[in-house]
Amino acid sequence: MMNVKHTTSLFGAIVLAFTACTTQNSVSTVVLDSQDATYAAAPSITPLPLTAVERPSPDPREGLAPGMFDAEEAIWNLELVSNTPPPKEFVGSVSSDLAFKGNYVVQGNFNGVIIWDMSDPASPKLVNEYVCPASQSDVSVYGDLLFVSGEGLEGRLDCGTQGVQDRVSDERLRGIRIFDISDIENPAYVANVQTCRGSHTHSVLKDPNDDENIYIYVSGSSMVRPEEELPGCSAAMPDEDPNSALFRIEVIKVPLNAPEESAIVSSPRIFDDLAPPPSHEPSPEDVAKLERMRAEGKNVYLVREAGPWVGSVREVPDGLASRLLDMYKEEKAITGDPTEAQMVAFRESIGDLVYSMREEEEYGPNQCHDITLYPEIGLAGGACDGYGLLLDISDPVNPVRIDQVADENFSYWHNATFNNDGSKILFSDEWYGTKCRANDPYEWGANAIFTINEDRKLEFHSYYKMDAVQTEYEICVAHNGSLLPVPGRDIMIQSWYEGGVSLFDWTDPKNPVEIGFHDRGPMQIGNVGSGGSWSIYWYNGYLVNSEIYRGLDILALKANPFLTQNEIDASKTVVLDYLNVQGQPMYEWPATFALAKAYVDQLDRDPAVSEEMIQDLRAGIARAETSGDMKVLQDLAAKVSANASGAHADKMSQLAETLQTLAG
Amino acid sequence: MKNSFFITLLAFTFLFTLQSIAQDTRDLSPAELEKLYWDRIEEKLSIYTDADVKFMEDMIVHHSQALVMSQFAPTNGASEEVQVLAARIINAQLDEINIMQRWLLDRGLDAPNVEYNGIESTITMLQPAKKDDGAHMSDPMMDKDDAMMMHGDMDHDDMDHSEHDGMDHDEHDGMDHSMHMDHSDMVGMLSLEQLAELRDAQGPLFDELFLEYMIQHHTGAVVMVEELFSYDGAAQGVSTYKLASDIQVDQRTEIARMQQMLNERVVSSVDE
Repeated sequence: MMNVKHTTSLFGAIVLAFTACTTQNSVSTVVLDSQDATYAAAPSITPLPLTAVERPSPDPREGLAPGMFDAEEAIWNLELVSNTPPPKEFVGSVSSDLAFKGNYVVQGNFNGVIIWDMSDPASPKLVNEYVCPASQSDVSVYGDLLFVSGEGLEGRLDCGTQGVQDRVSDERLRGIRIFDISDIENPAYVANVQTCRGSHTHSVLKDPNDDENIYIYVSGSSMVRPEEELPGCSAAMPDEDPNSALFRIEVIKVPLNAPEESAIVSSPRIFDDLAPPPSHEPSPEDVAKLERMRAEGKNVYLVREAGPWVGSVREVPDGLASRLLDMYKEEKAITGDPTEAQMVAFRESIGDLVYSMREEEEYGPNQCHDITLYPEIGLAGGACDGYGLLLDISDPVNPVRIDQVADENFSYWHNATFNNDGSKILFSDEWYGTKCRANDPYEWGANAIFTINEDRKLEFHSYYKMDAVQTEYEICVAHNGSLLPVPGRDIMIQSWYEGGVSLFDWTDPKNPVEIGFHDRGPMQIGNVGSGGSWSIYWYNGYLVNSEIYRGLDILALKANPFLTQNEIDASKTVVLDYLNVQGQPMYEWPATFALAKAYVDQLDRDPAVSEEMIQDLRAGIARAETSGDMKVLQDLAAKVSANASGAHADKMSQLAETLQTLAG
Repeated sequence: MKNSFFITLLAFTFLFTLQSIAQDTRDLSPAELEKLYWDRIEEKLSIYTDADVKFMEDMIVHHSQALVMSQFAPTNGASEEVQVLAARIINAQLDEINIMQRWLLDRGLDAPNVEYNGIESTITMLQPAKKDDGAHMSDPMMDKDDAMMMHGDMDHDDMDHSEHDGMDHDEHDGMDHSMHMDHSDMVGMLSLEQLAELRDAQGPLFDELFLEYMIQHHTGAVVMVEELFSYDGAAQGVSTYKLASDIQVDQRTEIARMQQMLNERVVSSVDE
């Protein structure tokens, strides 16, 4: 038995909030009579602004004892409800992404998929271990279907474990496996869609305007398979072969009533001309400058690749120039010192010579690692090699790139998360390795936070990195995470491999703040392990963590001044039927007392809102909730509306609306 | 077409029935789980090909050269931006060298370790730990004193990789290491002359040379990965596959960034 801890009643704290702490009720209130003092309870934990966050010091994540299955743990503002080791056939095999349906968790693993029933989060029940090896078994669900990615060379159509030895084989699966999970405890394998580069990840798009089909965006960052294995697959550059499998993603259409007919319907070239305009042609000024410098005997050429520097004049360093000259002499069979005429001809050939040395490097990214689709706002965030892309997906079959960002601090754009209203997006950099050592820069291997402006362009604001120092034996990398449905705030939980999981608030895009974590010691000391957290996602009140080697963790939020019980309770009013995090759902909160109280706690963090106002609100809401007297809510709503101005106007308005709806 | 689909479906259903007995492990102790883990890892270690081994050996040598190139940056007046890039390359490639050395040692194979003195390199062979001490995996940097010293004239002046021969690599008996060390056909490696040129360059010239040569060097790594993927049975193991894919992706990303840096540099120096 693992170190399973049982959660205590989350609602106990609420009861406490109303019975304890009545000392501050002497302040008279404006709208309420004296009897309301009974209700005017301050919360047991006073909400505090994020500027007051102080992480435990020294950081308990540093110096944890190692262990494969019994490592020491550190936790802050979270509770580990359970840890369940992987089933037998999956021990020692990498667990990957998660998808959720009802009370079930589907955990991808390089050896297949594991299905858990998390009805009792303290003791998840293993309901199926489906051996079907493929890397990296990225998983998604929709309705009665389960989709699993296969990319590596070892994946077999028959799910066999023996791998595929031949370079060209009709037994290999690289692409998407489709299962029928109408009986989720017994999946039935119903179809495959093979793709040229396999599927490293995929994302399911439920278009709001299409109830008969869903679409799968496939990202495959690996090699193109031989054409003999899958006809039509070409690894040539697009200018040599317009059908190249590079520089495109695949969109699979899945007819929901006939999933066996799923097929690729488009291969959007969202990477074309990736660098922004103005021009692919050199300006007359640049051409003139080139000629002038050539006449001076300089070794210059014009930048050809698309991008902001296209057409600019470039001088080659002497060392390179002499190598180019050697190449030129060999090509033209010139022996001895070249004549002046030959040198002039050489200088005119420099551009051709330079570009003949480079076959690939003049291109931008040719694939995404992962794409997060947010159909409710018609946008997607593509984490694509050296770029973060913003895509318009209002036509699911024909996504259009509308903006892109690159960043020299980023090594590999890995995944994206929108905030709920779609005004911000966070991209993560998978700078793979033991990248959380004391001297690894904060900006490297971090998240980058952007706002999306009115013109749907990305504006950078800040970085966020889990910055507890990890040992040189712990792979520590920004990885998958998801947004929590905490109303009025952008709070995210994220995996960091052996850096554990980090809970952070990025409501203020310039000042992201960590407000919770869980971490284990290294897998082992003396060797770099690669365990830790692959994906951690919020799902229906819990944080579910796919631990790479250690199985499935289920965590819960613990109330604290920076995330109050009311805010946690409000997040629990969001209940999903299913979840694929890369098909990001828009959270909607029903009007509840928890929601109203969460907003009040958030206003309490704002020094511009008077203490008196906060007390009135708490007392009024408590009275209505206890007595059922809804009249008081209407009065409160009116009062809040009247005060809805300034920096907190939006929150005031949301609160007023919630109170009004509650009042009926 | 339809028929074969249903036959396949039947086969899967049959397979599936066999698999569907879930084997919970929560009653196992941490020690029992750990034993199971190591048994599985051992099983997987035995799956590799000669092409995988050659890839690891070559890439260690290849990466080591990137380290020496990058180590010039702080002393040769590189710009801040190039110093950042160089530091990053050192950081990333040291990690990968360790991973590749460990990959070889874990399979009971010798692993090259390259040391540079200036631009002159010496290769020693790290040797795997004896398997009788209960240690599961060896420390990649162990036993340096016992390592067999190799003579190392690392002149890799050869851009032609058309006849890369990755399969005649059958010597893992720890006796004749000189065969392993012929890396002259390795694509993208800088010649001694080029390394000397880089060592002697200063300031903006260093920046440009560094970027040019690192693009060349990285392009070689991308080609090596493509070659690995072209062999039957190669890169079947998850670790090899992931490492090779990561190298390919990282180096491509970095090539694009270096290209961009070169371009920016030109614009700023020419347009002043």
